[in-house]
Amino acid sequence: MSNKAETRKFGFETRMVHAGHIPDAVTGARAVPIYQTTSFVFDDADQAAQLFELKQFGNIYSRISNPTTAVFEERVASLEGAAGAVATASGMAAQLVAFLTLLEPGDEVVASSQLYGGSITQLVHTLRKFNLQVRFVDPSSIAEWEAAITPKTRALYGETIGNPRGAILDIGRIAALGASHGIPLIVDNTMATPALCRPIEHGATLIVHSATKFMGGHGTALGGVLLDSGKFDFSRYPSIAAPSAAYHDLRFYDTFGHYGFLMKARAETIRDTGACLSPFNAFLLIQGLETLSLRMERQTASALKVAQFLEGHGEVAWVAYAGLPSHPDHALARKYLPGGPGAVFSFGLRAKKGEGARARGRVFIEALQLFSHLANIGDVRSLVIHPASTTHQQLSDEELAKGGVAPELIRLSIGLENVEDLLWDLDQALLAR
Amino acid sequence: MTLNSALSAEHQRLYQDPHVIQRLLREARTIAVVGLSTDPQRASWFVANYLKKLGYRIIPVNPKADTIMEEKCYPSLAAIPEPVDIVDVFRPAADATAIARDAVAIGAKALWLQLKLVNLEAAEIASRAGLAVVMDRCVKIEHGRYQGRLHWGGMNTEIITARKARLA
Repeated sequence: MSNKAETRKFGFETRMVHAGHIPDAVTGARAVPIYQTTSFVFDDADQAAQLFELKQFGNIYSRISNPTTAVFEERVASLEGAAGAVATASGMAAQLVAFLTLLEPGDEVVASSQLYGGSITQLVHTLRKFNLQVRFVDPSSIAEWEAAITPKTRALYGETIGNPRGAILDIGRIAALGASHGIPLIVDNTMATPALCRPIEHGATLIVHSATKFMGGHGTALGGVLLDSGKFDFSRYPSIAAPSAAYHDLRFYDTFGHYGFLMKARAETIRDTGACLSPFNAFLLIQGLETLSLRMERQTASALKVAQFLEGHGEVAWVAYAGLPSHPDHALARKYLPGGPGAVFSFGLRAKKGEGARARGRVFIEALQLFSHLANIGDVRSLVIHPASTTHQQLSDEELAKGGVAPELIRLSIGLENVEDLLWDLDQALLAR
Repeated sequence: MTLNSALSAEHQRLYQDPHVIQRLLREARTIAVVGLSTDPQRASWFVANYLKKLGYRIIPVNPKADTIMEEKCYPSLAAIPEPVDIVDVFRPAADATAIARDAVAIGAKALWLQLKLVNLEAAEIASRAGLAVVMDRCVKIEHGRYQGRLHWGGMNTEIITARKARLA
């Protein structure tokens, strides 16, 4: 028994720098050590056998668990208010691990049509190879969600702040709809991070993140994380509750209770797909988590200023930021994201006579001096991209239109630069010819 | 330590007190496991096996078995011929009332109902007789929480401290 438990419920910022890490008994190292090792020596043959049968807590091999990665996992779980977490190689891996753990061949998913382009391709094309079908719905229409649910539906899926038009998911209503059908809601909370929204508090069951974005925050490391509220009754989910052939008929939900889903995700899905997070990346992501709320606060405040500036600019046709009263989901943003709807949003360049939207986008992007033109979001540096020619280019015209991506759409991710400098840069690029 | 409990905040304070839990885990030597299964893949077996490996004396209570985990099995708490520190319950919540009376009768020091088991009548019977009571919590999870290894599985232990860990 190492530390006497405190009964105080510590605040978000305190947990941001402390959760999941107790300075170790021997060295007392204050920063989180990097356990850069593939494998762990067993105490004896009996303990080894018990570890492989999941009968003791312990590390075997870093594909399954690692002490540095565990700090990252517990820290995010604490910030999201989750029972626990499983770290993954990327956000795409977190999403795939969630589906492969939860679903059986023939199952269906109902998903928001307002998703990151990469998520849509995974849902449509990769999940189809596992005989999993996805139905896309307008996330703002509860009627569409409900109509798409069939007896085979096993998960609802959406993003807190949707790509690319900043649609805000009505988490409480969709989670309640799922609960009335015994179906868990999975929320991709990448764009909000737990600093701005904690979907479990609104009824979501599973959370996935691309930690590559704001959590890491510095554009240095890929990573993802899958979390479980521990509150969902998985007893009717054969994937979690039925005897597992891989573990001598172990019933994960029965034996591990509210940890059943996560134990299954780690001991089977991560073990078998190899979609694990590297301990060094976990270390880098932990450094990011320690300043998460500070960065989200400043970057969100700057994003609002930039969005207001663009909305009043003559070269801009429209701005889609839910922090603006002009956005259709402004009220939902105020409800679910009282600290502001993040630092990523899109706007449309005003069309000129005799000039195509794509060509105009190219001139604008190439004229920018401070915004980095690349395919990422959530860096401390401001970023810009033209989705129609990059992140969403694999999508058909129909999928593009359904996802709300117009050819004139420019996506910005606002960083920590002086906001007046950002306004200057956008202004000069908007006026460039 | 408030996650994943069916209890109200008031009952959590009474029956999931971290200080009581840590004292029990530290001081107890003998744990009678009521409803211990003969199936090594059941939760009760996982928990008892874990505790036995740590050096706790495990006494199985199950009228349908003679020995479990190479330990003599007793049909009831009353049949156990030695002192018991913790009575750990893996039976349906409704059975806990009678088990609480038996725990009081044999002079056990604590009544512990496992995850999802809530029986306030049983808790009152035991605590009125001076037994410590824990409810809707798992002995193995709680041990792993404070000993540090639950954390290795990425679970949210809810322990926040800047103090150096002590060697187990």
